[in-house]
Amino acid sequence: MKHMDEYRDGRLARGLAARIAAEATAAKGYHFMEFCGGHTHAISRYGLEDLLPSQVRLIHGPGCPVCVLPVGRIDTAIRLAARAEVTLCTYGDLMRVPGSKGTSLLRAKAQGADIRMIYSAADAVAIARAEPRRQVVLFAIGFETTTPPTALAVRLAERLQLGNFTVFCNHVLTPAAIQNILESPDVRELGRVRLDGFIGPAHVSTVIGSQPYAFFAEEFAKPVVIAGFEPLDVLQAVLMLIRQANEGRHEVENQYGRAVRSEGNEHAKAAVAEVFELRKSFEWRGLGLVPYSALRIKRQYGTFDAERRFGLEEVRAKDNPGCQCGAVLRGVKKPTDCKLFGTVCTPETPMGSCMVSAEGACAAHWTYKRFRDGERKSTPSADVAA
Amino acid sequence: MCLAIPGKILSITGDDPLVRVGRIDFGGVVKEVNLVYTPEARPGEYVLTHVGFAMAVIDEIEARRMFDTLCEVAGLEEKAESMA
Repeated sequence: MKHMDEYRDGRLARGLAARIAAEATAAKGYHFMEFCGGHTHAISRYGLEDLLPSQVRLIHGPGCPVCVLPVGRIDTAIRLAARAEVTLCTYGDLMRVPGSKGTSLLRAKAQGADIRMIYSAADAVAIARAEPRRQVVLFAIGFETTTPPTALAVRLAERLQLGNFTVFCNHVLTPAAIQNILESPDVRELGRVRLDGFIGPAHVSTVIGSQPYAFFAEEFAKPVVIAGFEPLDVLQAVLMLIRQANEGRHEVENQYGRAVRSEGNEHAKAAVAEVFELRKSFEWRGLGLVPYSALRIKRQYGTFDAERRFGLEEVRAKDNPGCQCGAVLRGVKKPTDCKLFGTVCTPETPMGSCMVSAEGACAAHWTYKRFRDGERKSTPSADVAA
Repeated sequence: MCLAIPGKILSITGDDPLVRVGRIDFGGVVKEVNLVYTPEARPGEYVLTHVGFAMAVIDEIEARRMFDTLCEVAGLEEKAESMA
């Protein structure tokens, strides 16, 4: 097996879809949220919603690290990059994320700031080593998949005694966000978002394992099925969720056993625990301040913490008032409900973060799904009422 | 950022645990990847890579088991063909 093409087989997909249609018999239907942007991307790219019966609805969650980063953190990074001595290293996804007043890292770079796109966290350490006169800052973001690489960058910098390397840490935690959604008024009191289960994160779970989801399955009585990012993975997970719902079960099941073990990756978890500690709270775009939902660098590694070295203060900045990214991230609205979607906001000129990353709900919809419902775009409410 | 495709380990170099590096074949594109978090990984195995670091080794036996279940559920008999 090559672990990719097999899971993109159209005939198997149609077979699975037929099975789903046969078993999705509950009159009230099924509303499942995929937390991960990776699933959102796969669902849009492979047109999986077209294969599902109308009573099965997939709700896109907040799981795109670029999308949940608040404007204030982008503004801070841009200000940092404007300092003459600073070289800011960032993953490509962040370059076009809009900050306040039409700014972005890409524009700041065009205006002369020393901002460099890197592939790996280790690349930032290599730059710091090669250019000792520059203050190299790694603009670190991401869920649990990108945190261990940042931890290693810090440990490498310590070993090399690099005095010119720091990390602007924006790493966030998946379980905290899932809990926030489940406890939100939209789900609990207002009932604006009905959730009958979760498609659990694929690659985040390779690191944290399947154990952290047991709490949600039990406390909130919702089934969780951890699923891979290929189209057949998602369809199989949907079928597993339907079966749990039909049988009144709420357990954690693992469709992605080929990569996810129950304990996760112990080496990665140990490295993260060595370098990082919990923040009391962190602002997420769309979710607001979420307690214990993000990491910062421990005091003992404080010399590598950009927030300490440069005295960075918490900045609050407002989103574009027309932008509905927040509601989209909470599953309350669809991309097509936003007036900016596809008009002034496209991947070329994103107004909100969900339009930037390939994992963002708006970018995925624009890239793949608008061709299907392009006619409905002019009357978005028709799409929303369901 | 959380997206990753499986790549096959061609070779591994380096004894230093912090910089153990593998040459990984991603469908024809070969890149060097840090294997510090997958010390059990061996040449010939597939790994999932995020921002230059392998974070998981694919379990072939489990992959086969789940794919068999999937084929069974989908009601198709051609799994042997697609697995080849």
